[in-house]
Amino acid sequence: MNLFEVKNVRKSFGENLVLDDVSIEFPSQSATVIIGASGSGKSTLMRCMNLLEELHDGQILLEGGDISAYGIDLDTVRGKIGSVFQAFNLFPHLNVMENITLAPRLVHGKSKNEADSLAKGLLERFGLSDKADQYPNLLSGGQQQRVAIIRAVATNPKLLLLDEVTSALDPVLIAEVLTLIAELKRDGMTMVIATHEMGFAKKIADKVVFLHKGRVHESGTPDQIFGAPKSSELKAFLSALHEAGRL
Amino acid sequence: MTYQPSALQLQREAAKRRASRRSIFIALSSTLAMGFLITILVTGAQGYEKVKESFFNWEYAQKALPSVFEGLLLNLRVLIIAEFFVLLIGLLIAIARTSTSPVLYPVRLVATIYTDLFRGLPLLLVLLLVGLGIPGLRISWIPNSAVVLGTVALVLTYSAYVAEVIRAGIEGVNPTQRQAARALGLNQAQTLEHVVLPQAFRNVTPPLLNDLVSLQKDSGLISVLGAVDAIRAAGIQTAQSFNFTPYLVAGALFVLLTIPLTRFTDWLTRRQDSKQRAQGQW
Repeated sequence: MNLFEVKNVRKSFGENLVLDDVSIEFPSQSATVIIGASGSGKSTLMRCMNLLEELHDGQILLEGGDISAYGIDLDTVRGKIGSVFQAFNLFPHLNVMENITLAPRLVHGKSKNEADSLAKGLLERFGLSDKADQYPNLLSGGQQQRVAIIRAVATNPKLLLLDEVTSALDPVLIAEVLTLIAELKRDGMTMVIATHEMGFAKKIADKVVFLHKGRVHESGTPDQIFGAPKSSELKAFLSALHEAGRL
Repeated sequence: MTYQPSALQLQREAAKRRASRRSIFIALSSTLAMGFLITILVTGAQGYEKVKESFFNWEYAQKALPSVFEGLLLNLRVLIIAEFFVLLIGLLIAIARTSTSPVLYPVRLVATIYTDLFRGLPLLLVLLLVGLGIPGLRISWIPNSAVVLGTVALVLTYSAYVAEVIRAGIEGVNPTQRQAARALGLNQAQTLEHVVLPQAFRNVTPPLLNDLVSLQKDSGLISVLGAVDAIRAAGIQTAQSFNFTPYLVAGALFVLLTIPLTRFTDWLTRRQDSKQRAQGQW
């Protein structure tokens, strides 16, 4: 069974149809990479998936249950889906430890001790132990984004949404963040990744989805998408990336 | 090898020292000239001796100090209680006004009318309406002490101001912060308590403390209701001696009272500034 599924999703902002009948299946423990030009609807799709945006049609299913149904408890659903954003969005008034333990304590009812040892374990594992007491403003962008990912993972989500998490970083910092994501993938975390890092997409993706003008234009394995693109739109997108040195 | 500044740099530093010596000299001489001018203007005025006698009389000041100081203790009590309620009510109104839940619509409406009304009404008017109007209702369980009613009037007025300041702070928190909290599964109340309010208060600490300083000195207005605070005590002294020095004593005490809070405000603002400068991305 698919852990997560987007089914016939439609979303528009006024006249502008941003998502047009989008359907994607996300098998358990898979990494799905969503690619597409700016304005193709990637970010909107990500925001629909964690219910930060309201759908105009279609369904979103988590473990077979419709989480987009009217009247569903959004807080409970969001507690099961970890989200990381391009702009990190760490809480500036809390230190790294407090950022990570906030949701486990408040949402998942963990004691301070439990939450602290969980956070310490994760920080140690990802080489950030020495930053536990720092405030976000004193960290580099790469460190901030890694903390943001750890913060999402600490809630033990069934699914992790990563929305252009490296777009605000320089190449060295991008590598730090991607290493962490690859490690989570090895742990068996189910992930949806919107990214412009095509090299990374090739390496980590089980499935690549090319979004164009709000529709799933092509999808398949990385080899199919990058090696043998079928549609002219995907070919154009890939060659543009190639020229920009991103492929 | 140790660093030796180049001749060029030594020259530059010497020029800098010369320039700063010159600025100090100019500042000193202009201050002296200004002081001299003001002294001549004031002491040369026709009524100078009379004003000096009736406003700056050391003897009367000493005599008035104990009772004025006792009055100030009342101001201090009023102000501590008022500050507590002002912050509490202001916070509740601000939360009500920034809520979006349809259930809270009537609360939002009342909160909006309240802030509009009490920010518009002059404090003196509120004091008179509450202090003289409420006892006139003759409701037995409502205390009719001037101190209590005066404090109520202060709280009514200042809560409206403080609510607006806190509201500005809440609205100033980046919406992505709220989103990040909700995405982690925090509910509305948890998001407000742990993510939005701590940042909101940080943003508005300076204007908030400014309002509290203003409340400190306006606590002297309860004297119009007959409460014997510092100003009233000074008035009683003046009525006996026809010398206005006691008012000046009360004024000096008020200034002394507000200085610590003002300095605290400055210190806090500076500390936040230096913190924020280290902050790249919020």
